[in-house]
Amino acid sequence: MKFEGTKNYVATEDLRVAVNASITLQRPLLIKGEPGTGKTVLAEEVAKALDAELITWNIKSTTKAHQGLYEYDAVTRLRDSQLGDERVKDIRNYISKGKLWESFERDKRPVLLIDEIDKADIEFPNDLLQELDRMEFYVYETNETIKARVRPIVIITSNNEKELPDAFLRRCFFHYIKFPDEDTMRAIIDVHFPGLKGKLVQEALNIFYEIREVPGLKKKPSTSELIDWLKLLLSEDISPETLREKDPSKLIPPLHGALLKNEQDVHLFERLAFLARRERN
Amino acid sequence: MFVHFFHELKKANVPVSLREYLMLLEAMDSDIIERRVEDFYYLSRAALVKDERNLDKFDQVFGHVFKGLDLINEGQTAEIPEEWLRKLTEKFLNEEEKAQIEALGGWEKIMETLQKRLEEQKKRHEGGNKWIGTGGTSPFGAYGYNPEGVRIGQKEGRHGKAVKVWDKREYKNLDDSVELGTRNIKVALRRLRKFAREGAPTELDLDDTIKSTAHHGYLDIKMVPERRNKINLLVFFDIGGSMDSHIKLCEELFSAARTEFKNMEYFYFHNCLYEGLWKDNRRRHNEKMQTWDVLHKFPADYKVIFVGDATMSPYEITYAGGSVEHWNEEPGGLWLERVAQIYESCVWLNPVAEKHWEYTPSLQIIKQIIGDRMYPLTLEGLDKAMRELSR
Repeated sequence: MKFEGTKNYVATEDLRVAVNASITLQRPLLIKGEPGTGKTVLAEEVAKALDAELITWNIKSTTKAHQGLYEYDAVTRLRDSQLGDERVKDIRNYISKGKLWESFERDKRPVLLIDEIDKADIEFPNDLLQELDRMEFYVYETNETIKARVRPIVIITSNNEKELPDAFLRRCFFHYIKFPDEDTMRAIIDVHFPGLKGKLVQEALNIFYEIREVPGLKKKPSTSELIDWLKLLLSEDISPETLREKDPSKLIPPLHGALLKNEQDVHLFERLAFLARRERN
Repeated sequence: MFVHFFHELKKANVPVSLREYLMLLEAMDSDIIERRVEDFYYLSRAALVKDERNLDKFDQVFGHVFKGLDLINEGQTAEIPEEWLRKLTEKFLNEEEKAQIEALGGWEKIMETLQKRLEEQKKRHEGGNKWIGTGGTSPFGAYGYNPEGVRIGQKEGRHGKAVKVWDKREYKNLDDSVELGTRNIKVALRRLRKFAREGAPTELDLDDTIKSTAHHGYLDIKMVPERRNKINLLVFFDIGGSMDSHIKLCEELFSAARTEFKNMEYFYFHNCLYEGLWKDNRRRHNEKMQTWDVLHKFPADYKVIFVGDATMSPYEITYAGGSVEHWNEEPGGLWLERVAQIYESCVWLNPVAEKHWEYTPSLQIIKQIIGDRMYPLTLEGLDKAMRELSR
């Protein structure tokens, strides 16, 4: 069972090694990288490539570790007991399974994605250490130990908002998705828009990397933004010539809204473009 | 089998533990990778490095251990001054010329010779075909052409040859102590948190309500106060003059601190703290606040942060009347001492890089007054400062 990238996802060689190492050794894989470089998509594609089910656990700032295991619904049970419901006698009826439990129950190896783990509280990863390491946990209400039938492939993404604890890191493989270079970017575009005119791609990429080079941008455009922008360029049927022409009345590239997401950035870019133009004349 | 490599990583301050080493061995054992050195590099990187800040260090150690390449780093014996390598000449060789260049021999031989030349050579060199320098055709150096060449300190591959993945050191800019963005600053500031439930009970405590209801047999609602960050912050910004070149960094720090701390008070000063402070730079001469009032107003449990380059004439700190802007009755140093005395947690963040500190006498004086709690305004420094404050 080896991951080689899919026809929808360009995986660089180092990423493939990291994914395969974590699959073979059954250790979690921690993925970091700039926003929009395809961290979450990776899990989807790994699941697709291995023909496995994807179970996604989206983490928010309020998420607690035990919510991934199970939750005991005391309020409903209290109400049921006052109404004299028969269900109340079995505590199992009030335990709802979390994503981790769900993934432990599968007969075929699933892919468990723990998305944006850094959003949660600082202690969150520590609370999951044992569970992810041994792939088992204890349910106090029913006195049973839940053990994974097959160890799921665990992929964890992080946006670097918080440092993760060392003990947690030690148990993971780590991969940092770096920003794709021009060749990789071309391959990515080819996957999303097969048969796109080479000239348009060239012009668009030039502009794209030019924008990323602009010093002082608050948010540099990333891969997913480039792809959105190309989609727009295509639907508006803009020709490579329009992209290339440096008309002084048009200071910034067409449909820049897809690339620059911040009005300060747009202003900055306009100013720089204006200066550049003036120098040239 | 890679014990040496492992120790070298430790020495280079890459945080690796035995667990990770064993994980790597296990991975090697289970045939994940083919027997290629690139694959081994990728695998060991995934297993041993857990933070992108350490990737650059890892690449250096890897190159060093497995290729015998000398570390191009400060303090190394075989260091090549950067100006030698600065691109001054661009040589354009045609195909014929390229074909004419004869390589020296195998890898080992080249490395050996490089070592020798590094020892022999003491001067900057450019062009030519033997010495290490720029733009030449010797196998060693940068911006030149020799198909079996070893590149030293060149920014990127010009001919796409003679470079291994780890020697590209693509992760260079991710090393810590470099860039600070608002987001990063916020993360660092988050270290300074002390949550407490104080004040009026306004939130429903579900667990306690259930427990109490089950106990009493009737609905018994329990409330708790909201959880808040209890830290109070007092920030003094140096503004104007030599601080102008650090304005962006300070802006970022300011906006990050503003959103992160609800109870944050800030004041501006120029160069050194004197008897007056202000909150609005446009009206600084009209609306000054007495520093005594500020010190009296905010209780001693406030955490104090100074932000400034501490670069000025020493007289501005040590003498009365030393201020560049007005006549001050008492020396600035005295005011700093007062602040340091009243507020136990107090740090100074300095946007000037730490390596330049020792050359500025005024900076040393302030550092001493503040009790050595001066930190550079980098992620690492900020982190240390916050640790100091949260003690």
